Amino acid sequence: MSLFGIIASIIDGVLVGSVYGLAAMGLTLIWGVMDVVNLTHGSMIVAGMFALYLLTSVLGITPYATLLPVLVGGFLVGLALYWIAVHRMIGRAPLMSLLSTFSVNLVLIGLGTAVWGTVLFNVPVSFPGVTWQRYTFPGTHLLAAALTAVIAACLYVFLYRTRLGKAIRAVAGNRQAAELMGIPTTRVLALAFALGVALAGVSGMLIATLFPFTLLSGDAYQLKSFVVIVLGGLGNPTGALLGGIALGLLEGLVTPFIPVSWTLVIEFALFVTVLIAFPRGVFALRRS
Amino acid sequence: MLRRPFFWVIALVVAVFAAAPAIGNNVELRESLVLATVYITLATNLNVVLGYAGYVNFGSIVFFGLGGYLCVYLMGAPAWPLPVALFAAGAAVSLLALVFGLGILRLRGAYFALATIGVNEGVEAFVENFTPFGGSSGLYLPVTMFKPLGGPMAALWIVYFLLVAIMGASLYLSYAVKRSKFGLGLLAIGQNEDAAQVLGVPTRRYKALAYSLTAFLPALAGGLYFFKSAFIQPSDAFDLTFSTEAIVIIMLGGQGTVTGPALGAYLYEELRGWLLTSDTFSNFQLVIAGSLLLIIVLFLPGGLMGWLYGRWPRLRSLLE
Repeated sequence: MSLFGIIASIIDGVLVGSVYGLAAMGLTLIWGVMDVVNLTHGSMIVAGMFALYLLTSVLGITPYATLLPVLVGGFLVGLALYWIAVHRMIGRAPLMSLLSTFSVNLVLIGLGTAVWGTVLFNVPVSFPGVTWQRYTFPGTHLLAAALTAVIAACLYVFLYRTRLGKAIRAVAGNRQAAELMGIPTTRVLALAFALGVALAGVSGMLIATLFPFTLLSGDAYQLKSFVVIVLGGLGNPTGALLGGIALGLLEGLVTPFIPVSWTLVIEFALFVTVLIAFPRGVFALRRS
Repeated sequence: MLRRPFFWVIALVVAVFAAAPAIGNNVELRESLVLATVYITLATNLNVVLGYAGYVNFGSIVFFGLGGYLCVYLMGAPAWPLPVALFAAGAAVSLLALVFGLGILRLRGAYFALATIGVNEGVEAFVENFTPFGGSSGLYLPVTMFKPLGGPMAALWIVYFLLVAIMGASLYLSYAVKRSKFGLGLLAIGQNEDAAQVLGVPTRRYKALAYSLTAFLPALAGGLYFFKSAFIQPSDAFDLTFSTEAIVIIMLGGQGTVTGPALGAYLYEELRGWLLTSDTFSNFQLVIAGSLLLIIVLFLPGGLMGWLYGRWPRLRSLLE
């Protein structure tokens, strides 16, 4: 393996890692705003993957045109989930919201496996790649990273430049104070949850353009999201993107040297270590 | 303790479990009760950490799976006899839990819950890559392994009685912990950890001790369970469904009570058996477990015991 090979592997890892970052942004947004760990995250990622599969193979839509329907659909599903499983848990012990989202996840995965089984799906997406030295970066990876950058920028503008975004951040900071300032906190919570789910769905759709998937792939990507937000700091969407890139960089760095099956072991070891050593996140030093 | 009625309630349950299949040599009943004993053992031990101290452990199955792996491994190549291998496995898993516990129990609430998912997946991924444990294809035991116990027929009965004994030990452990100063400390941690610490509860030591203590019996149950099937592989040993079911069972029965998890485990096992044999529902086991959990969490957070205590408050003096 030449130096160029390693560099190419790292660049590719960063491209893919940014999509992990996008997935984690959805999870961390929900966590930061309402102190709820959304354990339906994995199944929402899978829902995005299957949305891509169904929209392209059944309705014949071009893969990247599914972005908008997935975003809107994810938002609506998120609103429904908020009212079913999360709303009653706000302000109760964290155990309860963990269990309620966990149970919804069980139901969704159970229904999905009953309908589709656990076979491998693949959505063929072709997009011209970029060749550098002897290495070609797949066009799908480049485009997924570019779309991630655009969505992340939109989210940033929304959270920091619009009234609604500022309301979300106010509720995240102090819900009671926000309520006293006349912010309709319940609606803001529902909005933030729906937004988080929509981001999970879109990231799932983008991941499905890169790799084949099964109905149970959600678990692995949910765990990656946890690793990423632990790296980036809880409730910090910018940190999540950096965390995703860091994870991708790590994956790119180790894949030339060790068998793929060991990367999982390394990721989980990293996850638990970082969780214990830096519970506030490696990239969260600026947060008080 | 002998003068408390609940002590005898547990003894009665254990006696019924041991006697019911033995009368008339009912092998079918025994096999269905094997799963019930495992569920009760797992749920009762998990309840000490989840119900008393309020720490959600999504990966409680790690103890069961690792216990199984160590026991099967030690009986394989080094050819240790069952009792020695079993206790070695239990002790090793407890020690490992203590080390892990001192690390990850520094985390609280959701952080801890996430770390337990990480530990479960990490251990499974490790075992899948670990050659002495047979990687992803697992480990087998030869049939001759049953010979020292008097052949396969007798061995299966011995394993069953041992599982019942482990179940009984779990129930007594859970009861003894609840009535002790240690248990009160755990309950205080569950209520408000900062307050408990300020009032002098050695929170870190108590949590790690609870985590390690409740690893031992599930590890033994895992060892026996996989000795019984003479085969172990990562996807069975670290099946997250088991961890999930243990949580459903605790919530169904009532977290923080001793009777609840046992009652929940028995009912869940019956329900599951019925669902698996039904044509319409056999594919929907997870869906039903999930819906059940959601309904309990949303509308009945005290579980069955909470409901029973609400209807008949005098039950509190009989059951724990």
